Amino acid sequence: MASRRGLSGARWHPLEALPWLFALAVPFLFPGYAGLGVQVLIAVLFVLSLDLVLGYAGIVTLGHAAFFGVGAYTVGLLSVRAGWNEPISGLVFAALAAAALGWAVGRLILRFHGLAVLMLTLAAALLLQEAGNSAAAITGGHDGLTGITIAPILGRFENDLFGMHYYAYSLVVVFVAFVVLRRIVHSPFGRSLVGIRENRDRMTALGADVVGRLVRAHTFGAALAGVAGGLYAQYNAFVTLNLLGFERSGTALVMLVLGGTGRLYGAIVGVPLYMLLEDRLAKISPGFWSFGIGLLLIVVVLFFRGGLVASMQALVRRPHGGGHDAGVVEKIRGQREPER
Amino acid sequence: MSAALASIVFDGTAYAMVLFVLSVGLSVTMGLMNVVNLAHGAFAMLGGYVVVAAMSRFGMPFYGALATAVVALAAASALLERLLYARLYRAGELDQVVASIGVIFAASALLVFLFGPTPQTVQLPEHLRGTVEIGGRAVPAYRLFVIAVGFGLFAALRLGIERTRIGAQLRAAVDNRHMAVSVGVNVRRLFTLVFSLGGALSALGGGLAIEVLGMGPGFATQYLVLFLIVVAIGGLGSVRGTFAASLVLGIVDTGGKYLFPAAGGFLIYALTMGLLLWRPQGLMGRAAR
Amino acid sequence: MSRARSPLARGLGIVAIVAGALALSPVAAETVKVGVVASYSGPGAEVGRDLDRGMALYRKLHPEAFGGHTVELVKRDSRLPNGEAAKTAVQELVTRERVQLLAGFSYTPDAIASAPLATQAKTPMLLLQAATAWLPQLSPYIARLSFTMWQSGFPMGRYAAEKLQCRTAAVGYTDYPPGKDSLEAFRMAFEAAGGKITDAIPMGGAVEVPDFTPFLQRVKDARPDCLYAFIPAGNHTSSFLKTVGHLGLKDAGIKLLGPGELVMDDKLHLLDASAAGLVTMAHYSSFYDRPANAAFVAAWKKEYGEDSVPNFTAVAGYDAMALIAHLVKTLDGRIDGERAMQLIRGWRYDSPRGPILIDPETRDIVQDEHVQVLVADGGRLSIEVLDRIPQVKDPCKVHKVGRCGEAR
Repeated sequence: MASRRGLSGARWHPLEALPWLFALAVPFLFPGYAGLGVQVLIAVLFVLSLDLVLGYAGIVTLGHAAFFGVGAYTVGLLSVRAGWNEPISGLVFAALAAAALGWAVGRLILRFHGLAVLMLTLAAALLLQEAGNSAAAITGGHDGLTGITIAPILGRFENDLFGMHYYAYSLVVVFVAFVVLRRIVHSPFGRSLVGIRENRDRMTALGADVVGRLVRAHTFGAALAGVAGGLYAQYNAFVTLNLLGFERSGTALVMLVLGGTGRLYGAIVGVPLYMLLEDRLAKISPGFWSFGIGLLLIVVVLFFRGGLVASMQALVRRPHGGGHDAGVVEKIRGQREPER
Repeated sequence: MSAALASIVFDGTAYAMVLFVLSVGLSVTMGLMNVVNLAHGAFAMLGGYVVVAAMSRFGMPFYGALATAVVALAAASALLERLLYARLYRAGELDQVVASIGVIFAASALLVFLFGPTPQTVQLPEHLRGTVEIGGRAVPAYRLFVIAVGFGLFAALRLGIERTRIGAQLRAAVDNRHMAVSVGVNVRRLFTLVFSLGGALSALGGGLAIEVLGMGPGFATQYLVLFLIVVAIGGLGSVRGTFAASLVLGIVDTGGKYLFPAAGGFLIYALTMGLLLWRPQGLMGRAAR
Repeated sequence: MSRARSPLARGLGIVAIVAGALALSPVAAETVKVGVVASYSGPGAEVGRDLDRGMALYRKLHPEAFGGHTVELVKRDSRLPNGEAAKTAVQELVTRERVQLLAGFSYTPDAIASAPLATQAKTPMLLLQAATAWLPQLSPYIARLSFTMWQSGFPMGRYAAEKLQCRTAAVGYTDYPPGKDSLEAFRMAFEAAGGKITDAIPMGGAVEVPDFTPFLQRVKDARPDCLYAFIPAGNHTSSFLKTVGHLGLKDAGIKLLGPGELVMDDKLHLLDASAAGLVTMAHYSSFYDRPANAAFVAAWKKEYGEDSVPNFTAVAGYDAMALIAHLVKTLDGRIDGERAMQLIRGWRYDSPRGPILIDPETRDIVQDEHVQVLVADGGRLSIEVLDRIPQVKDPCKVHKVGRCGEAR
């Protein structure tokens, strides 16, 4: 797997600037949409973190939202119980708390695979939700935590009615996170994760510390999810227990697959597309929206394997004689099936 | 106190039997075909709605409606298997999860469109409505019925798997698919058959559940976690495992609610984690691959 | 050629003509945009639908109440009950659509998330469903037209101890905020009136219907005089009441009490005759026979079908539109936030549920509570009113319990 050129290479391709330029332009092109934009950016960060854990490391988890929730509650509790309002340090604490939990859960669970991992991650998230409810005196339980006040960012920019300040803030955070993720993913560590995902036994045979690497990936993914959760708490000034829930994990999964896993850009493309479609279509008819998304998911899984980004890449690549890399990977995948 | 204990065991068992009927199809299809079918709950939901519609719109009696639901979903599952799931066998877990989530969305939306968002109920036949005197206690007749169905189904499935040729083929295919193919088992047809059976069973479970768990367009997502827990704890592909897991969960849940209602879902999730950490393959699943 | 009129007369004449023209021509009709944020999809979809129907019915029956202006409802779905979609919707409504009023808010998180925006935009926010008691304190622009859990739970606690011979009571509640609120309210009043709470049992969540048998078995074993239950309407209630029947709680001498949710009008058909005897405390039932209600229910059935029945959500929508009409007419189509709040505080109305008032201090609803019993006559269930407790102010704020006691 030599480093591929184009969008998947380690060096920045000029096309990659597009989404970020577009994101910068959004509040000027569509002034009333900055609020929605913040929610989209938060979701993008969360789904990016999921991509690392699931798309790259291959850990199929249904409990990733637990780390989002932990990050959100960290910021919330710091504000309400400890009077700590500073936003940027709040995000750091959120990342640390989520990372700690991510590490603990990872150490416990990642030596297993398959359905066991799926169930254990889910059970862990559900347990955490229940624990949150039991500690209602501290967390506010199912009522949620209110009264969160956040100091203005950098002392000057507070949460205004149009959401512009928070849009800029979130965009910066997401961009920084993306740059870091991109480095990780193109590093030897990142590539070893792909190796583990593709064939765990072979990596073990090669002497790689599989569980250790998976735990590291899981921890970092949890940290980023925690940052996303922290942003959420800061922007909405309100957190509830269902931030940790199964629906949030499930929706993130859906958005990631639509965009395409293991590509980072899958999140960047899939999340805004899904959320915008939801914003538009759900207004017209919530029923149609649900049905439409259901069909879309099935269609994408059947015919657009690898999501939108992969399909776009395939369209671009075909005139040049086909992607050999993709073909080889597909063949390996096809052969893997009976050995399971 | 022993009256309370008897009550807990009885109620727990009735609840467990509903879970069993709902989950056994999922366990078998996941064990055999390695397909993560989260949409299993959607089949149960559709089955439940067929029962509701058959009774309210076509005036069928309860048992007839159950039979209709079973047949309808058996056919629908076979069709869905051919059209959709057959293509997913090669795909990874993730794709299967997402495709089945898609099925759930579509099914729920369709049901809301046809029946509205409100929960559905059925009028049980007279003899299932009241209570029955057993050993000086008034026992709800419907719960008794559900327990009977659950045990009966278990026996029938065990017999079917142990004593019939198809059962033998099924066991062979779960054990080692390629050997089974090379020995002449028509695995493709077996898959469709088993998937169809799974759908039929979940439809039966859905029909039974209307009275016990309630039925609405959110049924599939609400109970998804519970089915997955039963299947994971029981072990994929094992009917005995699903039966055992259902009993454990049903009784622990009921007992927990009686003794520690404030604990909420905590007991069940902690139990799940504990059991899976100890035996990740489930109580009676195949040991680590 | 003589001067026919003096300049003064001519001037007066011109003034008279102009004044006459102005008096005769209609005032420029304004379109007032009202943002409605409610759950239109998912499990709470009926709330959105009922609110819509109630609001539409008022508009149909009283087109003249708006002073010649038009009200345009801009609806947004708040989807999941975590407030996120509501906040985005409110932001959009206020900045893009420039609504002058906000209404709806099915869930407490929706209201909490939206309150700061209402304050920033100085837009009145009418709560039509979310029932947590301290919500109006979140913003000076919030007023509630629906109800709080304390309004039914608290008087029920007192009534049970004083008039229903409940010396001991167990409370069973669905473990989510309205359930806990209801428990607190009942407990406080019941104990203050000398009663004793034997057990407070959380009975599962609001999403899945749990098997109520172990909880009710526990209650039965303790043998209290009464059981106060809070469960959401629909499947939960029907399953709960069936289980009550199976376990023979009535025969064991345990009286069953609850808030009006248990016998919500459009869900009554899910219950059967064994539920008769259930005593509830409610602010609305379609069976009340006051003239305003009779007219309302008749108009409802005519508009939405003989089989359709209005519930308290529909009434909230109806009354909200009455208030909106009052604002639009009085403020002549231009709703200034401050002035609107002045009009809202102290607003009285003869609603189908009874006389209502928006408390000028707390901006919360003040309404009658009715002690009612479920009766079965020949297979059909109906509600009979046993007693009426007039003009109940939200007891949580009156007694300054917890967050209700915080400064506004």
